[in-house]
Amino acid sequence: MRVSLLITCVADVLAPEVGTAAVRVLRAAGCEVTCNLDQTCCGQPAWNAGFAEDAARVARTTLAALEADLDAGAEAVVVPAGSCATMVRVFWPELFEVVGDHDAAARARRVGERTRELSELIDARAGALPPLRLARPLRVALHASCHMLRELRVAEPPGRLAAAVEGCEVLDWDGADRCCGFGGTFGVKLPEASVAMADEKLRALAEGAPEADVLVGCDTSCLVHLAARAEATGRPLVVRHLAEVLADALPGDGERSGGGERGS
Amino acid sequence: MSGHRLAGTTLRSRTAAAVADERLRANVARAVDRFASHRLRGLAELDDGHGGGPDALRRAARAVKADVLARLPELLERFADRVLDLGGHVCWAPTAADARRYVVDVVRSTGARRVAKSKSMATEEIDLNPALEAAGAEVVETDLGEWIVQLAGEAPSHIIAPALHKDRHQIRDLFVDAVAAPADLPTEPAELVAFARRRLRDVFLGADVGVTGANVAVASTGSIVLVTNEGNGRLVTALPRVHVVVLGMERLAADWDQAELLLALLARSATGQRLSSYTSVVTGPRGPGEVDGPEELHVVILDNGRSELLGGEHHEMLACIRCGACLNVCPVYRQTGGHAYGWVYPGPMGAVLTPLLAAGHPEAAEVADASTLCGACMDACPVQIPLQDLLLSLRRTKAERAGRAERAAWRTWSAAWSDPRRYAATTRAATWGRWAAPVARHLPVARRWASGRTVPRPAGERFRDRWRRGL
Repeated sequence: MRVSLLITCVADVLAPEVGTAAVRVLRAAGCEVTCNLDQTCCGQPAWNAGFAEDAARVARTTLAALEADLDAGAEAVVVPAGSCATMVRVFWPELFEVVGDHDAAARARRVGERTRELSELIDARAGALPPLRLARPLRVALHASCHMLRELRVAEPPGRLAAAVEGCEVLDWDGADRCCGFGGTFGVKLPEASVAMADEKLRALAEGAPEADVLVGCDTSCLVHLAARAEATGRPLVVRHLAEVLADALPGDGERSGGGERGS
Repeated sequence: MSGHRLAGTTLRSRTAAAVADERLRANVARAVDRFASHRLRGLAELDDGHGGGPDALRRAARAVKADVLARLPELLERFADRVLDLGGHVCWAPTAADARRYVVDVVRSTGARRVAKSKSMATEEIDLNPALEAAGAEVVETDLGEWIVQLAGEAPSHIIAPALHKDRHQIRDLFVDAVAAPADLPTEPAELVAFARRRLRDVFLGADVGVTGANVAVASTGSIVLVTNEGNGRLVTALPRVHVVVLGMERLAADWDQAELLLALLARSATGQRLSSYTSVVTGPRGPGEVDGPEELHVVILDNGRSELLGGEHHEMLACIRCGACLNVCPVYRQTGGHAYGWVYPGPMGAVLTPLLAAGHPEAAEVADASTLCGACMDACPVQIPLQDLLLSLRRTKAERAGRAERAAWRTWSAAWSDPRRYAATTRAATWGRWAAPVARHLPVARRWASGRTVPRPAGERFRDRWRRGL
């Protein structure tokens, strides 16, 4: 199966290792990965702030890039971020309708139908994966991000994938599905409320899963937000994208286990 | 209190002040957790295991409200005709000022000295209490939570539990300070309730006019329905000689079948109860041979911007049954409580309603920003209002009126990032180093991020560089 990777601007610039890990896991699951570098951003920040024309302007560029990959034979678009996958699948058609670009809306619908969040796609192809095993045991607390949970309704795959990794223990904790407070422009419009939300989430993590080695999620933006808050309060938090945990557990990769954490 | 906190403040200043109050945050979090877990338990009871449970009821309730709104003018006429047939009076109030004036006139004409009120957000919306007090009446709120915020000189911070931001110690201290409760009044809830009950009993008996809102108005019989857990709604409507209802014009049901569904979902969504402790139905003033009920009944049908929403982009907001479920699951409300929203309605429903109904206040539009768009409110809403879509729409309206600097910033961004080469140029680490750091120091956006958070460092090598080199 050939898939087109929408890397997302956040991972491209702030966490390229997430993309690298995603590519390795996808290949291990039997996917041929393409990545059209004409993509930029999905336009979500402007869309959430109400600037639909600007969002559409940027989204059109990425839509064209993904469409070109699909036209060239890719069967799916895969996104290592629940929020950006939601933008493509749920909000792109609405965005283009709002700005009166019905042609782009129709094209966005076709692309959206074939767009999958990374863990969703890997979970569907889990049978193709080799046995996954971490060289060093890892206790993982999962962060369930809002758009993945309530827009894409992808709730089970991240936990299922992590739990299937030998040496990976997934901890239960209250507050795993609570919003981290990032919310795109929300984080800068109402920074005090945003930080308070991060604090409550971090407190819940410390109380509910104190033994966790790492906070794992499927949205780099949430993880960056939580890590940035934790670091500012002098209690650094190790965060990793699920793709990185899975990539570390691929056969012949034991020596890289535990490396490459961000935010500490 | 309507509008008072919007003027001269910003959403950010209000949320920052709320967040700084640790005690308030703890009180709010404790209360909403209780409500939210009760709601889940209450809804779970309805699950028949065959897909006919809560979600089917929510779809049915949404359909009921859609039906009501589709023929609202006709149903309102029918409702008003029935009220008139029963011997009541009806006032069509296009604005808050019209509604206020009518109620004040009624109170004046009856020579009333004391007005007893049962909790009503519609009367908060029209700022009724100050108007009545200015006309010389003593106004007493009889819902315990509402009485507490009245004594404190505050507005309700939650549409179901007005005083949920206060804990029992604060309430005891308030009773001691404001109404001369004995200094040794225990802080046990039962003792506080008993104290309030004794005080309020005299209010009921001595009130000349009772003022209420309406949870549902039933068009087919001209009835208004009030739900309370304290029974104060019943006393306020039964004892005073005159009863005035302020009815938000969208709170209608065509008949009792529709009303029954809405009431069942209202109670479960608000508190998890199967039904509220008291469901009081008022159908006309006291009839011949009836032993209680008001001699005079006035129903004020409040528009105040609602009819402008009918059939428009924000039409679905009129389906709101004011249960408060969205407040209880909202991660933003949880940190701030209700006062930060600045007007009458807080939480996600308030973030939508404030820009729509308080449109006269220029500060109202930005309240649509009080959401991370996490979607929890939409999952909780018993009538499936697409709150997130409505917030996004309101933000677009706001963006159209945004200042030149903000528009220019987005324009610059979209010009750069709609072009792959310029995207690549602006995200190159060397470029970042050159412009991002100095810009970050001056941009308010960056400063706001950096208040309480470290600024993420771009990786030396982007993913696209790695990809180009070969992975």
